[in-house]
Amino acid sequence: MRVTVTVNGEQRRADDVWEGESLLFLLRERLGLPGSKNACEQGECGSCTVYLDDVPVCSCLVAAGQVQDREVRTVEGLAEGDRLDPVQEAFVEAGAVQCGFCTPGLVVAAHDLLDRVPRPSDPEIREALAGNLCRCTGYEKILDAVRLAAARR
Amino acid sequence: MDFLRPNTFAEALALKAEQPDAVPIAGGTDVMVELNFDHRRPPALLDLTRIAELREWSAVDGKLRVGSGVPYARIIEQLGGQLPGLAMASRTVGSPQIRNRGTVGGNLGAASPAGDTHPVLLAGDAVIEAASARGTRMIPAAEFYLGVKRNALEPDELIAAVHLNAAPGPEQFAKVGTRNAMVIAVCSFAIALHPAEKRVGAAVGSAAPTPRHATAAEEFLAGELDWDAPKPLLDSVKRRFGELVAEAASPIDDVRGSAAYRKHALAVLARRTLGWAWQDHLGKETRECA
Ligand SMILES: Cc1cc2nc3c(=O)[nH]c(=O)nc-3n(C[C@H](O)[C@H](O)[C@H](O)COP(=O)(O)OP(=O)(O)OC[C@H]3O[C@@H](n4cnc5c(N)ncnc54)[C@H](O)[C@@H]3O)c2cc1C
Ligand code: FES
Ligand code: FES
Repeated sequence: MRVTVTVNGEQRRADDVWEGESLLFLLRERLGLPGSKNACEQGECGSCTVYLDDVPVCSCLVAAGQVQDREVRTVEGLAEGDRLDPVQEAFVEAGAVQCGFCTPGLVVAAHDLLDRVPRPSDPEIREALAGNLCRCTGYEKILDAVRLAAARR
Repeated sequence: MDFLRPNTFAEALALKAEQPDAVPIAGGTDVMVELNFDHRRPPALLDLTRIAELREWSAVDGKLRVGSGVPYARIIEQLGGQLPGLAMASRTVGSPQIRNRGTVGGNLGAASPAGDTHPVLLAGDAVIEAASARGTRMIPAAEFYLGVKRNALEPDELIAAVHLNAAPGPEQFAKVGTRNAMVIAVCSFAIALHPAEKRVGAAVGSAAPTPRHATAAEEFLAGELDWDAPKPLLDSVKRRFGELVAEAASPIDDVRGSAAYRKHALAVLARRTLGWAWQDHLGKETRECA
């Protein structure tokens, strides 16, 4: 089937999409957007998190056909040109990135949190990031990054 | 595989009548896992997310009709006051990403014995509105769950909505799992007090082939509670209630927990949630008298 979708503000089209395919596969393998990562394909790790119509979701659990005529924003769509989003900057500066596999999903989840709650408490940060697993950092630096980004916004 | 994209519920029902083996997909948080892991290759997917009417809820005279496609995140945000039990259960589902997408209709469609909304729907006497091109029928929650991952829907039927009364009294839900987020229940329990009718709803999840009422516990408690002159509960009443709730379960040993642990934990959850619910009721009575 053909899927037409707005991704990061641009209208995109993919042909010969398998009907049972996920949005994650569509983004990575057909639209050349490998930012969203595939680690579990079962909603557990959050590394595939993207905005779908402004709501963060696991793109591995959205069927490609479900995004027809909708809007998707991936981690690639957060920076403005060469200028990183404050959340991205804070992740770099706080040392919240080690292997980096979890980073795109965490950045999107943190971005959404700060849009909704500009000054989140620690429990609010933990709750908002509960769907994102990181096997490297032990999360402390990630919490630092979110606090830093919040302070700067 | 076909990908069917109805824009209205009527269209969806017509498609389901034509192709009863088409698998509905709402939030996809169950269906996509099965597809990604090749556990399921349905001949067609029937996407319900374009149907605006399924994503709506309404309240008329204290009666709520919650569209099957309302995601957990919106139940938590918008219905916490009127349906506290359902909102509590919704808060424990998965993670923010899962709650943004997953729906009560999907929980009912999957009919997993561990689904978190089921005990709440049972305790609150929910009624499931099932629709097909042939018409609509109302299925009480107690008649909806038929077996492990089996429900009362006919092949041509879809879930339109869930009907519940705005909570007439205190409601509680509690679940045991290995951590706080992203966890399938080892066992779960819901209680709803109906003070005007002097009745109690209580149901267990993840502790039998289907979620089910703890009928003996409900009857025992309704008789013991002093509804008109509420006073603190006797420990013996809480204990007996817990025992009867545990007896209502017929759990199995599995990777998440042993049958014996599940029974023990259910008794604890039942005592605890009863304590909270009765405390709520007492608080309300004192406020009303003052
Ligand atoms: C990481 C993760 C964590 C999870 N944690 C929990 C948890 O803590 N508690 C819990 O209860 N569940 C949990 N789940 C399971 C799942 O999120 C829930 O069951 C959810 O309610 C499913 O809703 P959905 O809209 O995504 O359903 P879908 O996946 O779209 O559908 C589920 C089933 O219902 C059918 N269906 C959907 N809508 C309808 C309809 N309107 N009429 C008829 N049939 C329909 C589908 O065909 C399918 O069989 C989790 C899942 C994941 C991936
Ligand atoms: S790849 Fe989607 S949640 Fe892990
Ligand atoms: S940095 Fe490696 S998984 Fe998070």
